[in-house]
Amino acid sequence: MDGPDAPIPVNIITGFLGSGKTTLLQRLLASPRLSNTAVLINEFGEVGLDHLLLRRIDGETRVLESGCVCCTIRDDLGAAVRDLYSKRTRGDVPAFDRIVIETTGLADPAPIIFTMMADPVLKYHVRLGNVVTTVDAVNAPLHLAANPESVKQVAVADRLVLTKTDLCDQADVAAVRAALRDINPAAALYDTSQTFDPVELIASDLHDPDRKAAEVAHWLEHEGAPTNASRHDHDIYSFCLTFDEPLDWTAFGLWLSMLLHAHGEKVLRVKGLLNVADLAAPVVIHGVQHLVHPPVHLDAWPSDDRRSRIVFIVRGLERGAIERSLAAFNGMADRPSKAA
Amino acid sequence: MCGLCGVLGGDTHWSESASAPDVFANRRATVTHRHERLRRAALANTVLDHYGMSLRDWQGASYVLATRTGRTRVIDNLAALWPVANDLAGRVCDPLDPTLIAALQGARRR
Repeated sequence: MDGPDAPIPVNIITGFLGSGKTTLLQRLLASPRLSNTAVLINEFGEVGLDHLLLRRIDGETRVLESGCVCCTIRDDLGAAVRDLYSKRTRGDVPAFDRIVIETTGLADPAPIIFTMMADPVLKYHVRLGNVVTTVDAVNAPLHLAANPESVKQVAVADRLVLTKTDLCDQADVAAVRAALRDINPAAALYDTSQTFDPVELIASDLHDPDRKAAEVAHWLEHEGAPTNASRHDHDIYSFCLTFDEPLDWTAFGLWLSMLLHAHGEKVLRVKGLLNVADLAAPVVIHGVQHLVHPPVHLDAWPSDDRRSRIVFIVRGLERGAIERSLAAFNGMADRPSKAA
Repeated sequence: MCGLCGVLGGDTHWSESASAPDVFANRRATVTHRHERLRRAALANTVLDHYGMSLRDWQGASYVLATRTGRTRVIDNLAALWPVANDLAGRVCDPLDPTLIAALQGARRR
């Protein structure tokens, strides 16, 4: 949906302490294409930001009853975004067309994502855009080994930005790249020592009709590449499941909702291109922990390969169990079932 | 509201066609809101049978989840189904549970 009432994209910039989040934000805000962006930050750091629509947010959180850590409402953040949107509607602030949230270095991004997608008011006015995670190449091995937050920040990213590579030798940079690929092969990886348009990080996503096919193609680029969780101290790893038979959408919805309810804390991301029985066009799904976005479709299959492919980034779940489970659920759709 | 069934829509779950009408607009066969819900409940029953529960559509707007001993709860959609099912079953309804997978595979062979 385009136009003035279209949901406003919200981008999250996260990354461990000192990884260059604010420097990246400065580069983004310097672009004329992002001049109508509102910015919410947790703390004013050493890097100065001079922007018209800059707000500070505090850190109050509320855990939902029976909720897990990712299902935490950030009351402060929800209130800040609602307030901004309300002022935009009244004309008290310029009509921004994007919101960027910079998290603290130690933040788990999942509650921020949950707040944007589950807030009863916000979910009609904003949508989640790309999550961008900065990674300090010098300290990444230490951070990834010692700080589960930094692994999660990498796992939920749509874009990874490697910083300070000019301070490392090439072998170290290659090792960091391999580590990031093991955790999140579906995220596009950028290097600040190389030239790129920073606007690409956030302005191009699954909701961009001209770019969504390329976005999905990138997810699946590494589908065959094995990842190696054993070389890290954490048990987060990724894999891609492929299914030759078309998937039954109703059975798939039952299965994924049940999986995410039982194991959502361990399913950090799920992204897929599905061949859905009864539909000619491929269906794209993506989710973060317990949250799944409404599906979108591509106009055509990106290649002759019509298999369903689903990329999972999980913590400690067994690939084979997930594969068998989905196959069993899909199989039950082939036979007469009990009356409702 | 579904034009064919005359049912008002509630909070839409991502798995429902109504969450992404453009995605499901070009189905090869016509699927009404009511038909979609009945089929969802029927497939859910294959899974819920393993836990001694069943699901039925109620007026195209809610679902009723029931145990064999007659305990019932009304839910809106799949997001609400699993926490309530866990509560009524007294255990986590886990799709990775090998006994559930075996039961679904066994049911398929029968």
